[in-house]
Amino acid sequence: MYKPNDLILRTTTSLIAFILLGFAVYLLFAGHNSPGGGFIGGLVTAAAIVLMYMAYGIETVDKVLPINFETLISIGLITAIVTGLGSFLFDVPFLSHTFDYFEFPIFGEVELATAMLFDIGVYFTVVGVTVTIILNIANDQ
Amino acid sequence: MSNLVVLPIIIPLLAGVIVALFNKKVAVTRTLTKLFSILNLGVAAYLSWIVFTTDSIILETGEWVAPYGIILVADPLASLLVLTTNIVAVACAFYAPHSLSLRQETHYFYAFYFFLITGVSGAFLTGDLFNLFVFFEVLLMASYALIVLGGERIQLRESIKYVLINLFSSILFVTAVAFIYGAVGTVNMAQIAERVQIQGQDGVLTTVAILLFFVFATKAALFPLYYWMPKSYIVPNTVVSALFGALLTKVGIYSILRVFSLIFVHKLELTHETFIWIAGLSMLFGVIGALSTNNIKLIIAYNIIPAIGFILMGLGVFNQDGMSGSVYYLVHDMIIKTALFLIVGVIAYVAGTSDLRKMGGLIHYYPGLGWLLFVAAFVLAGIPPFSGFIGKLLLLQGTLSEYEVVITIIALISSLLILYSVMKIFIRGFWGEKDETGKYEKKSTKGLIGPIVYLLAFSIFLGVGAEWIVPSVESISTYLLDPEIYIESVLKE
Repeated sequence: MYKPNDLILRTTTSLIAFILLGFAVYLLFAGHNSPGGGFIGGLVTAAAIVLMYMAYGIETVDKVLPINFETLISIGLITAIVTGLGSFLFDVPFLSHTFDYFEFPIFGEVELATAMLFDIGVYFTVVGVTVTIILNIANDQ
Repeated sequence: MSNLVVLPIIIPLLAGVIVALFNKKVAVTRTLTKLFSILNLGVAAYLSWIVFTTDSIILETGEWVAPYGIILVADPLASLLVLTTNIVAVACAFYAPHSLSLRQETHYFYAFYFFLITGVSGAFLTGDLFNLFVFFEVLLMASYALIVLGGERIQLRESIKYVLINLFSSILFVTAVAFIYGAVGTVNMAQIAERVQIQGQDGVLTTVAILLFFVFATKAALFPLYYWMPKSYIVPNTVVSALFGALLTKVGIYSILRVFSLIFVHKLELTHETFIWIAGLSMLFGVIGALSTNNIKLIIAYNIIPAIGFILMGLGVFNQDGMSGSVYYLVHDMIIKTALFLIVGVIAYVAGTSDLRKMGGLIHYYPGLGWLLFVAAFVLAGIPPFSGFIGKLLLLQGTLSEYEVVITIIALISSLLILYSVMKIFIRGFWGEKDETGKYEKKSTKGLIGPIVYLLAFSIFLGVGAEWIVPSVESISTYLLDPEIYIESVLKE
């Protein structure tokens, strides 16, 4: 059987995917007031996942990441919509956001914004959509 | 509570996402779809009731005040159309399970159905030209998915045309929005209207206005931009055709109605005079198309074009009666077109073909269906006391008071031909000898008739209850003819 010689790809993938995922989380959390955001964070994550699919094959990665990416789209959208609907509880216009500063043990003072929650929804949606599209094209004979 | 305005957009969006989660469990999605669409109808009814009894509701999302933030405006016109959209949507939600194949249902039909409603409601409610574009895209994305649902060869062929023409007009739409932003420095519709008033509608703005008209006319399928519409509307499943016929072209004509009654109203002799001619040609060519074919679905699809022509005619004359007629006819047509599409869907199903030449004598097997079609044809053509009559009466009062005799005659002739084109289905399909070969073995129409009766009941109420409805429509017309009310309610000066 033909077996591709992809030692370099596999070795670098394990390193690069790790860096990409970390950077994606950074982009996601930086998003609401500096460059970054859920959309770009989602794309970077999707890139890391697709890279893993390329290096290790669909079966292996499906075992490591048992996520249904189509469901992930729904979960992301629900998160984003419910964040918007949160404004109903406080009797303020739809999609109003607020923020405050909190003390955390290691990080010190951190600004947390409700826009962040919306961004997480966007993040899940983008990961779900991108990976679904790419896997569908890859599986198409 | 101003957040009420966003509910008709958010409920279908949330519903779409939730039914996508339960995609494989068809029984659950069907029930959820019915529940959510009824809920949304209730909310839309409540919203319109509030708007009609008190005043327009403006929502400045995220507490960003107009004209800087994104606003949603539930004025009488928008809320009336959202209500009508939801009336239609409920009928389609109940019709869909009986009309679609299981495969189509599990390919996210219900999710895209809700996204379509989201886009349509959003387009009606937004007070921002760029957001109008965004909601157009939302509903177009959903419609791209719905048109290929089923994946037959002819669907794929028609959908390529459909996607290309819509992408092209969307590009033009963004370009036009950019031009407007360049010329007046804002995309908030109220502020555009205010600034156009101050600056005067010079050559550049009129050109942009015509460009916008071109974009909306493509979506609304007006002469000469309708060529893509009839064939691509009949290839998907009946319930999808009904949704498209009722909602998509109407969003286009609504946008024309909004933009040319609020913003570009200072060069009437250039814009609105032209509309009258385009309206006349749309009526003629649409009805000729309807007469030219023996495909029952195509007959109804072609009938969309003269209806859009009628609505544009009222805007063209731009007076009290004409505008009332346009608004009334818009509501009337959304309901009756859905009903007709659903009826021909049932006919095509029981006859096993949509070719008129191959059917006949259906009345012996399906008398109820036959009479429903008969009533629907009368409603559509405008036989008193049905709703088409009231709409046309208002429109023709409008044209005659401006001494537009030619267009009045064209409108009357095309009404007659519309009646003939739909009656042709009744005459050829239902009259005739009883077919003894057993070709039309009684098929179950369970669940298909209910939604049609429900829609026709609304249609008949629109006509018979004109006494209660026309005053509201006339108040909308007064409101549309005076852009100041809209501008003041949004910008609060």
